[in-house]
Amino acid sequence: MLIKRATDIQPSEITDRGVYLQRRAFIRAAGLAVLSASAAGALYTNRSARAGEKVFAGVSKSPFSTTEEPTSYKDATNYNNYYEFGTDKDSPARYAGKLKIKPWTLMVEGEVKKPRIWAIEDLLKTMALQERIYRMRCVEGWSMVIPWVGFALGDLIRQAEPTGKAKFVEFVSVYQSDNMPGLRLPVLSYPYIEGLRLDEAMHPLSILAVGMYGEVLPKQNGAPIRLVVPWKYGFKGGKSIVRIRFVERMPQTAWMKASPSEYGFYSNVNPAVDHPRWSQAKERRIGEFMKRKTLMFNGYADQVAGLYAGMDLKKNF
Amino acid sequence: MAIDWGPRASAGWIKPAIFVLCLVPFARLVVGAFMRTLGANPIEAITHSTGTWTLSFLLITLGVTPLRKLAGWNWLLRLRRMLGLYAFFYAVLHFLTYIWLDQFFDFAAIVKDVIKRPFITVGFTSFLLLLPLAATSTAAMVKRLGAKNWLALHRLVYAVAVGGVVHYWWLVKKDITQPAIYAAVLVVLLGLRLLFRARERAVAAMSGNPARSRAV
Ligand code: HEM
Repeated sequence: MLIKRATDIQPSEITDRGVYLQRRAFIRAAGLAVLSASAAGALYTNRSARAGEKVFAGVSKSPFSTTEEPTSYKDATNYNNYYEFGTDKDSPARYAGKLKIKPWTLMVEGEVKKPRIWAIEDLLKTMALQERIYRMRCVEGWSMVIPWVGFALGDLIRQAEPTGKAKFVEFVSVYQSDNMPGLRLPVLSYPYIEGLRLDEAMHPLSILAVGMYGEVLPKQNGAPIRLVVPWKYGFKGGKSIVRIRFVERMPQTAWMKASPSEYGFYSNVNPAVDHPRWSQAKERRIGEFMKRKTLMFNGYADQVAGLYAGMDLKKNF
Repeated sequence: MAIDWGPRASAGWIKPAIFVLCLVPFARLVVGAFMRTLGANPIEAITHSTGTWTLSFLLITLGVTPLRKLAGWNWLLRLRRMLGLYAFFYAVLHFLTYIWLDQFFDFAAIVKDVIKRPFITVGFTSFLLLLPLAATSTAAMVKRLGAKNWLALHRLVYAVAVGGVVHYWWLVKKDITQPAIYAAVLVVLLGLRLLFRARERAVAAMSGNPARSRAV
């Protein structure tokens, strides 16, 4: 589909400078508005092909958003790590289609006064959705900028009312043996487990995302609901979450179990602490040619450094 | 007429055909770079492709002798140098990709990488070991070194191949399926060599003839 209806065009497209210039160039060259629309369509074929996907209403902006240029939608949805679908970067886009996400329930349990099994629709009704444009730094040395749509994890936690015993939060991802071909690989133990300290989870930067680029979350990016913790390496953001458990002891995460010397519980982005097998000093922003310097806490040091005051981050990697 | 698979084949069409075929991975990278079809992380794609093809050509080169002996295709031998040089060609591309596209001539970072990262150390060593092999690949050099010395020197290719597999094994994050496949092929190829050698020795012992040709 080349020509887009006006209703398919989103604010992000209208303001996109590349499209804007492209459009101007075409108008100047051909003087045909129709051509300009098809140019925009060609640039966003990946999006127009999925026109009709649900778009969120009443999403507010956030002061936590970066003004950096978001990664192209195509790259953000075709270059993924979601090992349940295979370890190649294109495996998730290829195989995640089979994931069943309706109906979806999210269990909130453990050391809380109000445990609850949420139908995701009900949860979304009670939460204030925001756009959060965050940097995302993968432990492998690349990064993206992604406009998430989600809500503060802290909002959900406050509703659940953690008891005094709740020190950590464990996030359990979905396990669908029939629909996830990567589960057979002897790489990680499943279901995928991630975890945060309670104060990290309560931090206003931590969100549960249900969308990106103004649309519902694609399956390869962790539909229907995933964790996003922008100052930590990407793998900390568990995808397709079914259970949030409040616990007293530090959870054993999937990557900690797989390789404890390489992946620690905290896994904060830190250019000074190398992965045992590769350097973390630089990163390649997807879409850029030159590498750039990796920033402490992925550039969120002002907001989160206080969480780790007095901790030896080389030991607590 | 039927295709000539016989002894004259390599002199005829097989060698040029394989020469061109070996350039296909390179051509795909060049086209992909211009058409922007190498995916979200083109530099990673180029590193992986050239690395994979370096290792593949090393193993293909090592496969020539066993295949020649098993199938009795002596003409295969005439392809061996070309295949070995293709391994070197892709290794150079792989190395240049690292120096140029990946690190962008940040020599401080490169030296640190080579020293600190075991997988780079092993890859770099393997690459260094390939240099004398490529340099002595001409007929003139074989003559100058003498066949015996030349053969001894070119045994380094085993070390390069083992190094390549170790390099791969150590760099993957967790899923070792791919390096394990290369390792298995290498084990089979080296195992066949040991087998041939044992058999030659047995034959030589039976005929009371000292094994003359140890050429591998
Ligand atoms: C004979 C020598 C070498 C061989 C056979 C070789 C082979 C390979 C192979 C098979 C891969 C993995 C490809 C994939 O994942 O699909 C690879 C990746 C790589 N190699 Fe090499 N390599 C060699 C030398 C080198 C050298 C000299 C360097 C740099 C100094 C180097 C740096 C790298 C890097 C940076 C990667 C990518 C690592 C990553 O994805 O994290 N290699 N190589």
